[in-house]
Amino acid sequence: MKKLFEFKTRTLVATGIGAALFTLLFMYVKIPTGIPETSIQTAYGVGSFFAAMFGPIAGFLIAFIGHAISDAVQYGSPWWSWVIASGISCCIVGLAYPRLKVDEGVFGWKDILVFNIFQIAANVISWIVVAPLLDIIIYSEPANLVFTQGAVAALWNAISMGVIGTLLLFLYSKTRSGKGTLSKEQ
Amino acid sequence: MKSKLFDYVERDNFVFNLSGMTKLVCFLILTFTVMFSYDARVIIFVLIFSFWILHVSEIRFSQIKVMLYYVMIFLAINFVLTFLFSPKYGVEIYGTEHDLFSITDRYTVTAEQLLYQGTKVLKYLSVIPLGMMFLLTTNPSEFAASLSSIGVPYKASFAVALTLRYFPDMIRDYNDIALAQQARGLDLSRKEKLGTRIKNIMNIFVPLVFSSLDRVEIVSNAMDLRGFGKHKKRTWYSFKPLHKGDAAAIIVSGVILLISLAVTLFINHGRFWNPFLH
Repeated sequence: MKKLFEFKTRTLVATGIGAALFTLLFMYVKIPTGIPETSIQTAYGVGSFFAAMFGPIAGFLIAFIGHAISDAVQYGSPWWSWVIASGISCCIVGLAYPRLKVDEGVFGWKDILVFNIFQIAANVISWIVVAPLLDIIIYSEPANLVFTQGAVAALWNAISMGVIGTLLLFLYSKTRSGKGTLSKEQ
Repeated sequence: MKSKLFDYVERDNFVFNLSGMTKLVCFLILTFTVMFSYDARVIIFVLIFSFWILHVSEIRFSQIKVMLYYVMIFLAINFVLTFLFSPKYGVEIYGTEHDLFSITDRYTVTAEQLLYQGTKVLKYLSVIPLGMMFLLTTNPSEFAASLSSIGVPYKASFAVALTLRYFPDMIRDYNDIALAQQARGLDLSRKEKLGTRIKNIMNIFVPLVFSSLDRVEIVSNAMDLRGFGKHKKRTWYSFKPLHKGDAAAIIVSGVILLISLAVTLFINHGRFWNPFLH
């Protein structure tokens, strides 16, 4: 049985390397949607993959560290409300971790459904509730502006996690061999 | 795509010689001050103070040029969007309305709105030098030590150190894979349709992510073999011990925070400085 909040050396290293990958994708690899100033952040797709593979703590730290470092490098200082929301979104995806057996090569339709329910819940909670509320509390931004920005972010990040995250999990499960799949040659 | 996140150039001056922990604490205290207060006078004071620190720490303009451009673009977009979405937000906050001129019925420029948006721009501007000061004057290998010394669990601090260590490797891997796939005819530019572009990006992500999973195994095995995580605490080779200067820096930032809190509590009676009531 996988423990939800376990933090082994492997989880720690996955966090560090995942966060490096997150930073890189967050800064450089965005897919423009055709609408000006909005692009799909591919980082969240990869972040959700790592969260589903390594659990909520790893998920939270990957998105939190990755977002904070890329903000700090690009803007000089992290935009805390969105950095925290990023962390929470990948943390919630990570809650699906005990239910998935991607490591053992299992990722069927039921698992796809589970992963996507968690990621949609994660995006709604973090971008439509947490990020705008923190924006209002910390930065006193006008409410209708931040809720609109949050809704747009929730939509694009859910697409990123739903497409890139699901595909990565599915492809990775194909490279793993499950328990009891060896059979004795007659 | 740069393979370096930022340039750390070693120098010998007051700010560089401070311990990373001090700089992190000062950064957090001063950012909190600026984030909490909406008093333009306090913020302008912190703004001048933080640019003075930037000057003292001898950071070159070329090191921060790109950041400044990004910030300017961000501020401009935020400024326009705020006005488009809530042209009367300032009136709501300050409770009075001094119309300056009107564009349409909804979009009337008021003195309150200008003060609110102006203060907001100053707020964001004054945080930037502080962030740069911490980022560009602290040896990256000291980051983990400073995080852990302010109470972040050492495993989380170590994850930050690993992030900074493996970022250049990730960039190199990404470039190698992207160039190899483009040589095979993969188009990643705007010319492709959205669906195809996602498919093409997946062709880069799959090898990139799977090779980093292999790397996770190698690195974590190496760390386990060396007994990482055996004890509840650890010490840091790169931790700089604290001196008199560190105490002074923390006291100065603490005093600024206290002044700002005092102004909020006793003079403004709220987060906003309201010059329109008098």
